[in-house]
Amino acid sequence: MLRVENVSTGYDNIRVLHQISLTVGEGEIVTLIGSNGVGKTTTLKTISGLLKPTEGKIYFNNRDISQLPPHEIVELGISHVPEGRNVFPRLTVKENLEMGAYTRKDKVEIKKDYARIMELFPQLAQRQKQVAGTLSGGEQQMLAIGRALMSRPRLLLLDEPSMGLAPLVVTSIFEIIKDINRQGTPILLVEQNAQIALRTAHRGYVMETGRIVMSDSARALLQNDRVRKTYLGE
Amino acid sequence: MFVQQLMNGLILGSTYALIALGYTMVYGIIELINFAHGEIYMFGAFVGLILVTVLKVPFFLAFLLAMAASALLGITIEYLAYRPLRRSSRLAALISAIGASIFLSNLALLIMGSTPYNFPTPFEAKVYETPFFIISRVEILVLLSSLLLMIALTLIVQKTKIGKAMRAVAQDKDTASLMGININKIVTITFAIGSALGGAAGVMVGIYFRTVTPTMGLMPGLKGFVAAVVGGIGNIPGAMLGGILLGIAEVLGAAYISSQYRDAVAFALLILVLLLKPSGLLGKPVQEKV
Repeated sequence: MLRVENVSTGYDNIRVLHQISLTVGEGEIVTLIGSNGVGKTTTLKTISGLLKPTEGKIYFNNRDISQLPPHEIVELGISHVPEGRNVFPRLTVKENLEMGAYTRKDKVEIKKDYARIMELFPQLAQRQKQVAGTLSGGEQQMLAIGRALMSRPRLLLLDEPSMGLAPLVVTSIFEIIKDINRQGTPILLVEQNAQIALRTAHRGYVMETGRIVMSDSARALLQNDRVRKTYLGE
Repeated sequence: MFVQQLMNGLILGSTYALIALGYTMVYGIIELINFAHGEIYMFGAFVGLILVTVLKVPFFLAFLLAMAASALLGITIEYLAYRPLRRSSRLAALISAIGASIFLSNLALLIMGSTPYNFPTPFEAKVYETPFFIISRVEILVLLSSLLLMIALTLIVQKTKIGKAMRAVAQDKDTASLMGININKIVTITFAIGSALGGAAGVMVGIYFRTVTPTMGLMPGLKGFVAAVVGGIGNIPGAMLGGILLGIAEVLGAAYISSQYRDAVAFALLILVLLLKPSGLLGKPVQEKV
């Protein structure tokens, strides 16, 4: 459903992505792994329209979205949970979630989804009136994911959901990610923590300095010598 | 006597507060000091004046129409003078803002001339006496409409979907656009609301001081800016507080020190607040990201 074809992107005159191609199919979790600074975040930003590709095309359900502004891409059903969580710090938990449903008009269904997210993240349910800046890191990550779900995404982009979180929290976040996927939402997951990413995903791409250098099933990548040496620290 | 001065300060301050809101809302969204805001205020006063005197429109309708016209002017200024510079340096946008301000006040001078116009009072002057102060009908009108507008603004910003989106955009533009919020639309709405409040202040000052001139925007524009900074630029309750404090300080300064130092009091207050609390009374301290 998502096809990225030979996309290059840069900031000012520095090219960050060099003709990358990847796909995400129905029901899949696809992960993009690689070290810090190789262009994983740039890839997600290009898909969600925060950056414009200088060449190549991005198709979502066969529609060319390469040059659309971010707010129109959201309306087509791509929801991006940015790196570092980026909740709105001075809005309450409830208001953050309402912003997630900004493009929707179906009030009754929004209420249902809100209740569902409160069930999914009981910790947030106790803090609905609290401003988001005062939440713990794990809670902010939950809020950011919950907020993305409020748009009823047809594709979820997750940028480093494990960043800065305690191992136990990471485990529970990834359980939730699997849950979301089992309920039918395809996910493109960017992670530095290759171990947990490959265990969660169906397929994976390995990125090095702005290029995709390997792609395979997650299981095969976990077995791959080079991946094991470079990214799994074995 | 003292209560009377406080009352006068409150009335003057509520008009400063309305002007300050326009500065602070725009700054909150695009981090730009809209120096043309004083001219939007002047424009509002002239539209109100022309509607009432030339077209004989009833006062309250003229008041609303002046707000709408000011909103349109604000949107136009943003579209022509600021939007093309959104991605350039902040200095470029600031210079453009000063240019827009000078252009508009000179355009008004050209069209309307430099002779002050007399704004007719919308109803017969009547003064009410209480044990502590006297207050005129016009003053009550100014006070009540400012209060109502501020309550309405607070409700819009706190409770409506658009208001929440405005706050989201002010806090983080990229993430807001990832929510499906059209940033340009929110900027337009912000300019519209801020300018409508500025235009409302123009009409009110017009009936309060009963004169309208093309250069009337300069001083109140600066004072509104000072009030916004005193309260904490970008902070809406701060702008209201800053405006009222400034009005009271000015009136007390004029009454107990010397009326010649009226304007100096405003800027002395600014310097004092900046020395003691650089982020403004209600502003959050700026933290450098590590």
